[in-house]
Amino acid sequence: MEGVSPDLEYGKKQEARARELGMMSEQLKGRSMETFFEPAEDENYTYAFAKDVDFNKRTEVDADGMTTTEVNRSIRELMDEGYGTIVIKNPRGMHSLGVGILNRLNLIIDGSTGYFSTGLIDGPNVRINGRVGWSCGENMMAGTVMIEKNAGSTFGAAIRGGDLVCKGHVGSRTGIDQKGGTIIVGGDTGALTGFMMQRGRMIICGNAGKNLGDSMYDGTIFIGGEIRSLGVDAIEAELTDLDRSWLNRKLRQYGLLPEKGVDHFTKIIAGKQLWNYDNLEPNEKKLIL
Amino acid sequence: MAGTQYRGSEIKDVDQFLKSDGLESKREKEIGQHIGYRYDVNLVPDYDRITPFLSKYMEIMGWDDLNWLEDVHMGYEEGHPAVFDRNINGWVRVPDAIELPDNQQDRDMIARELLIKFQMSPNHPLVQLRKAYMKF
Repeated sequence: MEGVSPDLEYGKKQEARARELGMMSEQLKGRSMETFFEPAEDENYTYAFAKDVDFNKRTEVDADGMTTTEVNRSIRELMDEGYGTIVIKNPRGMHSLGVGILNRLNLIIDGSTGYFSTGLIDGPNVRINGRVGWSCGENMMAGTVMIEKNAGSTFGAAIRGGDLVCKGHVGSRTGIDQKGGTIIVGGDTGALTGFMMQRGRMIICGNAGKNLGDSMYDGTIFIGGEIRSLGVDAIEAELTDLDRSWLNRKLRQYGLLPEKGVDHFTKIIAGKQLWNYDNLEPNEKKLIL
Repeated sequence: MAGTQYRGSEIKDVDQFLKSDGLESKREKEIGQHIGYRYDVNLVPDYDRITPFLSKYMEIMGWDDLNWLEDVHMGYEEGHPAVFDRNINGWVRVPDAIELPDNQQDRDMIARELLIKFQMSPNHPLVQLRKAYMKF
């Protein structure tokens, strides 16, 4: 049969569209790419596609009777209208509330939320006046999220940037696969906290469960309480003056600075004994397999 | 081989990756590649060195600190100072006209400024990507 498949046709259209926009026309060299940017151009502080909102323009959304999609859509529509402070009333433990907001915004959730609250956000300041379920702040890019009560497991999973704060206790696997940002826990954290952490910082004011920092590649965990056990390749390091100054500032900012200060905190880093990634790795694997 | 210990060399000098290829350990010389980051990812910012531009950015975003920029450092790519942009998964080179300070903290502040100016520019590749692939 003559003609091309719909998939191939679609692919060709997408490629042509991308070329029209000037993409894919550069010669890539290694991992670097030439960019066409002039540092002296006008100063912008928000993304070119960001909505222009005013923090002093405030409104409320009553989520009672609404679906998660409807609430999330109404947040976007209100930002389009310039509202910079939005209060969500009656969240009733909804899952995926406030996800994917790529804008500066004050979002106040007046109650508790379910799984995946405020995931994938890039910029907003969120306060949740209640508890949160699993994976709050998952893949968060930037902004602040402050939870007044407790949080479930995998708090801040794969977080890449921003401050994620829980004033109460959190479950297990906190900050699993953390790639950046700061996770702060006012109380205790469960087992396997910092599992496979790659970079970023974690501050635990209380105690930690078994296997803290297990298989961490990089990053830092500061812990104020007791550690049940350290995980594979997690080791203790010396707290520097710069660390103390940064910890003081960060904890004071969120009202979590202990009365006795931060001198009692223990710093945990990667021993880097598990590092085994490099150019020869695939060839060596082929030889073995 | 899984479990093999391939530790990289220590970063001892702020100009280590500008003066040389930074390959010091036996394994690095063997593979011709530095193992690990080309900067200290665990270095927390010294807020005494913050610049007016970054203070203004914090104020506009409603943050009391550098937030996600705490993870941004000046790195070195192919012997040039550069900053990594996660939104394009690539390096943005620091223009040659910018004189580098003699310490990593001040260099990190320059990297943060440059990254903000680049990411917020209407010429940033992400703007074009959004036009091409945006779903909502």
